[in-house]
Amino acid sequence: MRRVLVGVKRVVDYNVRIRVKPDGTGVALDGVKMSINPFDEIGLEEALRIKERGHADEVVAVSIGPDDVQQQLRTALAMGADRAIQVRTTSAIEPLQAARIFLQLVEKEQPSVVILGKQAIDDDNSQTGQMLAALWDRPQATFASKIEINGAVAVVTREVDAGLEKIEVDLPAVFTTDLRLNEPRYVKLPEIMKAKKKPLDVLDVAALGIDLTETLKVVKYEPPSQRTRGVMVKSAAELVAQLRAKGILQ
Amino acid sequence: MHAYKAPLRDIRFVVHEVLELGAHYRALGRDDVTPDLVDSVLEEGARFAEEVLAPTNLPGDTEGVHYENGVVRTPAGFKDAYDKFCSDGWASMTAPAAYGGQELPASAQLPFAEMLCSANLAWRLYSGLAESAILAIDAHASDELKSLFLPHLASGNWAGTMCLTEPHCGTDLGLLRTRAEPNGDGSYRISGTKIFITGGESDLTENIVHLVLARLPDAPAGSKGISLFLVPKFLPTTEGRPGMRNGLRCGSVEHKMGIKGSATCVMNFSDATGWIVGPPHTGLASMFTMMNHARLGVGVQGLGLSETSFQGALAYARDRLQGRAATGAKQPDKAADPLIVHADMRRMLLTQKALTEGGRMLAYFAGQQLDIAHAHPDAEARRDANDLLALLTPIVKAFLTDAGMEVTNLGVQVFGGHGYIHETGMEQFVRDARITPLYEGTNGIQALDLIGRKVLGSRGELVRKMAGLIVDFCGTHSENPELKPYIAPLAAMVREWGDLTQFVVAKASAGPDEAGAAAVDYLQFSGYLCFAWCWARMAAAAQTHLAASDSEGDFYRAKLATATFYFERLLPRARAHAEAMKSGADNLMRLDAAHFAF
Ligand SMILES: Cc1cc2nc3c(=O)[nH]c(=O)nc-3n(C[C@H](O)[C@H](O)[C@H](O)COP(=O)(O)OP(=O)(O)OC[C@H]3O[C@@H](n4cnc5c(N)ncnc54)[C@H](O)[C@@H]3O)c2cc1C
Ligand SMILES: Cc1cc2nc3c(=O)[nH]c(=O)nc-3n(C[C@H](O)[C@H](O)[C@H](O)COP(=O)(O)OP(=O)(O)OC[C@H]3O[C@@H](n4cnc5c(N)ncnc54)[C@H](O)[C@@H]3O)c2cc1C
Repeated sequence: MRRVLVGVKRVVDYNVRIRVKPDGTGVALDGVKMSINPFDEIGLEEALRIKERGHADEVVAVSIGPDDVQQQLRTALAMGADRAIQVRTTSAIEPLQAARIFLQLVEKEQPSVVILGKQAIDDDNSQTGQMLAALWDRPQATFASKIEINGAVAVVTREVDAGLEKIEVDLPAVFTTDLRLNEPRYVKLPEIMKAKKKPLDVLDVAALGIDLTETLKVVKYEPPSQRTRGVMVKSAAELVAQLRAKGILQ
Repeated sequence: MHAYKAPLRDIRFVVHEVLELGAHYRALGRDDVTPDLVDSVLEEGARFAEEVLAPTNLPGDTEGVHYENGVVRTPAGFKDAYDKFCSDGWASMTAPAAYGGQELPASAQLPFAEMLCSANLAWRLYSGLAESAILAIDAHASDELKSLFLPHLASGNWAGTMCLTEPHCGTDLGLLRTRAEPNGDGSYRISGTKIFITGGESDLTENIVHLVLARLPDAPAGSKGISLFLVPKFLPTTEGRPGMRNGLRCGSVEHKMGIKGSATCVMNFSDATGWIVGPPHTGLASMFTMMNHARLGVGVQGLGLSETSFQGALAYARDRLQGRAATGAKQPDKAADPLIVHADMRRMLLTQKALTEGGRMLAYFAGQQLDIAHAHPDAEARRDANDLLALLTPIVKAFLTDAGMEVTNLGVQVFGGHGYIHETGMEQFVRDARITPLYEGTNGIQALDLIGRKVLGSRGELVRKMAGLIVDFCGTHSENPELKPYIAPLAAMVREWGDLTQFVVAKASAGPDEAGAAAVDYLQFSGYLCFAWCWARMAAAAQTHLAASDSEGDFYRAKLATATFYFERLLPRARAHAEAMKSGADNLMRLDAAHFAF
């Protein structure tokens, strides 16, 4: 069975204006709308298209977190995933721990492709995919804007600083998604109804034997400082002079 | 124009925390309809309403429908949105599973219907009528008609209409002239002219199923001689595909004040083939299956427009800087403070908020009763729900659409001169809302229905049932000091409702014009009372939550503050209606009709 494993992280919806808690211990989540991380939604869409094009037989959505994440997994099932796995934990998960959890699932599920978001819009770490590839000792193609599967290899177009880069990787491999990879589909009502009957397995994180000791310590959360008022310049020369004065231009 | 966002938090509050629909679905044997399923459905439905539908609203109003030679073209974007609505399964939300529907309970669909009305009312009318038509056909038509037509209506591939109105007959359907003559093979030939037919013709669907009221040759005169016929635009082939063109044609479309993207059609029937739905001469009763549903639907239209107008006004009032707060500058670094600092601005916004959220609660409560009436295992529970619905339907229809007029007008007022300008979108809501007190029986007729058929017709029994609910609620919470500001006036008002009802019943026998003279004020009083009950229930739910936890405290405190505003600022209006009502018919009937122009 050719299987695609997709990460589905529950994060604050991208439309919500984030507020930091007054005591600086984190972001206020009280009553805030939560959604699938947009990059993961793109990853799921890509997995479904890979299956629809005949390059996979099964799409499995995975989320790590408390029971609340089942809501996002149900959405993933309604979008078209065949089954879902919740790795249950109430602890905050660091990228390395997430990668280790995925490694365990990879060993169990033997996927030909793992797709994760290039980052999650809550912590913006952009690490899990790379770490998983290293732990698994398989190729990675990150920041993908196009994925073509060809038997045992995939040709992936990546968004890099200099533009686009095309690479070929052997499967199994880890992909991480960029925004332009695809436009996720709308969920159909009958699929929402059917999603209730699709399998959603719950694994306790303790059973996977992953060490969840914090290795990163969050000192404080602060909102970004307010943008200060801009200045109008009259000419390009004045602009250059101002940039020089600020040390931005040499 | 503001970007409409479905009020999912408030919807969840009403659905889960006040009405507790999860337990309600279990009692109906619908364990499958869990709260998280309802949430998922509404969240994805919201996405359709916000992202696909709402962007078509203002352009659709500007463009309007096009008519040429019997053919109607809807504004740009309507057809794409409709196709997506069908292919994503939204058209089939409540239709019976036997015909391919998802068979979700009515109460789970109402919030989605509200979102569609907020996002684009003109567009929503095309699909809303099919939902009502499905009910009428399912309840009254032969199995053959059901299996031929319902799957197509359920999928949204075919649309539905209701054809009652004729040039000389609107409110008074007894005057209806359209004729139906038997063909001898079980079918009938329908001839006549219908006007104001919503969605009578359009390019959205491959076929249109008209439900037409007409008279058989042997029909008694008046409203007891009306039968209901199903008349498709294209006669279905034996495989159920649209076949031969039937003898009917759209003669023109109306140029009208609002809902400009909705085709309001003159329909000419000329020996069109149709089939009877239900027994001969019982057409009005069958049509009422459709109308009662559609009337609640029109109330929800008022609600949907209220919500979107409120959202626009609120965003503007936070953004627009004008004048200084009476207590001193709130934003000293800016040239002025945002409008929302002003007391009068708050009066307008809170009126919008209180009427919108109160209307949501009442409409969804009616939806819950629809579920019970339709599917509860216990016959007595079904009867009670039917009784409550009979009483509440004219109130929801008229009171929520009158509220829709007030709220959308306030939306323009908050915007100042900019509200009067087309591009802000605020004046469209007023024009679109203006139809809702008119069609499906004018609000004047709703008031007559309430007082005549429902109150006098049941000798006060329906009022006693509803009042019983309110009295029980007051009893449950009478010991709670925090709720006293709501419970005490509610308890007093429900007593007064009983007195006013007795007064009306007594007056009605004193003179033929008394009931008609009291009707609208009686309905208004009843509406303000129902909203007071809704706000007290919401306050009780908010207070229960706050007593246990401060999570989302601001949301629940806002509910209490809005409830207080409703009781102190809006409920006093009921007094004026009570006084007006008690003044009797004489001050209305004394002036000679010939002397009105003096
Ligand atoms: C945009 C639009 C869409 C419509 N869609 C449809 C549709 O899809 N199908 C359909 O069949 N019809 C439709 N209608 C028709 C609508 O239902 C009627 O306009 C409505 O029923 C009122 O009838 P009328 O216009 O003939 O007014 P009239 O009946 O002439 O009423 C005029 C006024 O007199 C009052 N009045 C009438 N009789 C009484 C009475 N006995 N006591 C006290 N007051 C009275 C009314 O309340 C109203 O204020 C639509 C109308 C419009 C404008
Ligand atoms: C068709 C049209 C014709 C016009 N013709 C002319 C013209 O010929 N000449 C001309 O000069 N202007 C004209 N106007 C402008 C018109 O007079 C203004 O629109 C009007 O004065 C309101 O100002 P505003 O639109 O900026 O609303 P705003 O001042 O922004 O007001 C918005 C809302 O806030 C309320 N509000 C504002 N300040 C306070 C406060 N301190 N306390 C409480 N509430 C407050 C207002 O009552 C209103 O409800 C015209 C406007 C229109 C639409």
